[in-house]
Amino acid sequence: MKIKVCATETENSLYKNSFYIEGGNFSDAGTVSTRIKSILKNIGLPNDIVRKSAIICYESEINIVSYARRGKINLTVTPKTVEIEVVDEGPGIPDIELAMQQGYSTANQQIREMGFGAGMGLHNIKSYSDIFNISSEVAKGTFLKMIINTQ
Amino acid sequence: MKLREVKEILKADVIVGKESLDMEVKTAFGADLMSDVLAFAKAGSLLLTGLATNQVIRIANVLDIAAIILVRGKKPLAETIDLAKKLQIPILTTKYILFETAGRLYAEGIVGCLEKVEN
Repeated sequence: MKIKVCATETENSLYKNSFYIEGGNFSDAGTVSTRIKSILKNIGLPNDIVRKSAIICYESEINIVSYARRGKINLTVTPKTVEIEVVDEGPGIPDIELAMQQGYSTANQQIREMGFGAGMGLHNIKSYSDIFNISSEVAKGTFLKMIINTQ
Repeated sequence: MKLREVKEILKADVIVGKESLDMEVKTAFGADLMSDVLAFAKAGSLLLTGLATNQVIRIANVLDIAAIILVRGKKPLAETIDLAKKLQIPILTTKYILFETAGRLYAEGIVGCLEKVEN
């Protein structure tokens, strides 16, 4: 898996960075989330915020590796929030309402053998977020934006 | 209970984390379905599972799992052991099946990290 890093700081953010993820690479899946967790911990955020953010990133990363050609996670830490944007190039989700239901999954056998694809991911991402937005275009990709309040 | 007692109760071998045996643990979660581990396992719990993949180590890291207990005698590959060392996730392996592993720990005072799911 290739990870491109370009850290920048702006006036409104304490930290801003994009992490690139390639589809199909299961053995390295989760590398970005482990890294993001360590970054958030080093920033000094409380453990529960770090954990929530890491779970959201991990579920998103597994989704990209499982379904998309490639994708990225944009991480922005502001004084009051952790913002996680997930953008992928892939098949998209035809019926978002259905995909959000617990237990619904289009995972193949390979994904299921690794213990994933039980149809919990998007629901889990939503439950750990204070604000959750999802949009998708079939044959193009999916966009997620999650905000976790840190105060 | 200390991780050292968990090791004794389960007649387990320590694969990673010999230096962590004095760690205190009170709760556990057991599953082979990683989707459910991500949804239900709580920070500081033991993770009882029969899956010994890199993903289990990364999930343990993400969730702040105290230690992984591999059941049914499963042993991770060298690459997975290296990853666990790097991320400082203790791994024990026991020959007991998941049911026996959970039962033996429960009988000695370890409880579920949650009793049942909502809904």
